Amino acid sequence: MTVPADLDHRFRAAAARSGLLDAAFDTIDSPLGQLFVAVTDRGILRISFDSDPAEHLERIARLAGGAILRSPRAVDAARFELEEYFDHRRRAFDLAVDLRGATAFTERVLQELARVPYGHTATYGELAARAGRPQAARAVGMVMNRNPIPIVLPCHRIVGASGDLVGYAGGLARKVELLRLEGAIL
Amino acid sequence: MMESVASRIPPFETFYVEHRDEVLGVLRKSLGGDRAEDAFQETFLRALRAYDRLSHGEHLRAWVLTIARNVALDVHRRTRPTGEMPELAHVDGLPAFVELGELTDGLPSTERAAVVLRYGYDLDYDRIAEALGSSPEAARQAASAGVRRLRTRTGRRAG
Repeated sequence: MTVPADLDHRFRAAAARSGLLDAAFDTIDSPLGQLFVAVTDRGILRISFDSDPAEHLERIARLAGGAILRSPRAVDAARFELEEYFDHRRRAFDLAVDLRGATAFTERVLQELARVPYGHTATYGELAARAGRPQAARAVGMVMNRNPIPIVLPCHRIVGASGDLVGYAGGLARKVELLRLEGAIL
Repeated sequence: MMESVASRIPPFETFYVEHRDEVLGVLRKSLGGDRAEDAFQETFLRALRAYDRLSHGEHLRAWVLTIARNVALDVHRRTRPTGEMPELAHVDGLPAFVELGELTDGLPSTERAAVVLRYGYDLDYDRIAEALGSSPEAARQAASAGVRRLRTRTGRRAG
């Protein structure tokens, strides 16, 4: 017996309302392709260009706990802000982020990253300096590469010292597209 | 050999997707239409409430079907306070349950569920409590009352 879609939706919404979930997730459409988005009661835990939940659930369970469920409603706030961003109606995100599992250094770098404004870029070295570790450009590169919440934490705004775009965990084409969307490059 | 893999607790999403169809089937059989849908939500909310306390991932099917059966019993109790308990669908396909199922036939339903889950499935009392909608202590008492009743019954038969 297959569970009807509306019953399934009602249960998922009730579960999200119950406060019993450690994390909720959904996939959302964007001009860069489907995104996987996971949230907790603290904020956004994960955004990924790999939209297959199976790739993420085990890791999220280890970070946040096993009570994880797909729930479109729980992800609505993130969905709306991302839609506005891609629609040129939003330049800064009001979403809280959940950085549990990050080291102190990673957290400091990501907090500095969040301050790089829309439409601007900074170099890996500049970001390292702002995080208090001017020699740690390479380590900052690693943090960008493993950024758990791309787009909202704008690692696409970090470029090489010579102005090269260097790389992007979601693929260089997506970095170009995001910087174009923000008017940072032509 | 695959103990650590077999006993790992899957993310709730995986557990829910794997068992939702069967749970709804069991509930439709014992409750029918709308009441089955309410009971379906209640079953998985009860499972979700207990999920973080699970110590291993074994027998999750038996666990959730027991929760479903107890939710269905609660619905019947509410709607037919003086009526007889209906025949509810069985958790089948697992030898321990079948054997214990026959042995425990005739025990009060709570004691029977507690005995089967404890000794057939080796579940701890936290999980049995969630299945029965009671406390771990009440689950322990139900299991030991069930065992005492069985001993008396077997003894009486022998004597």
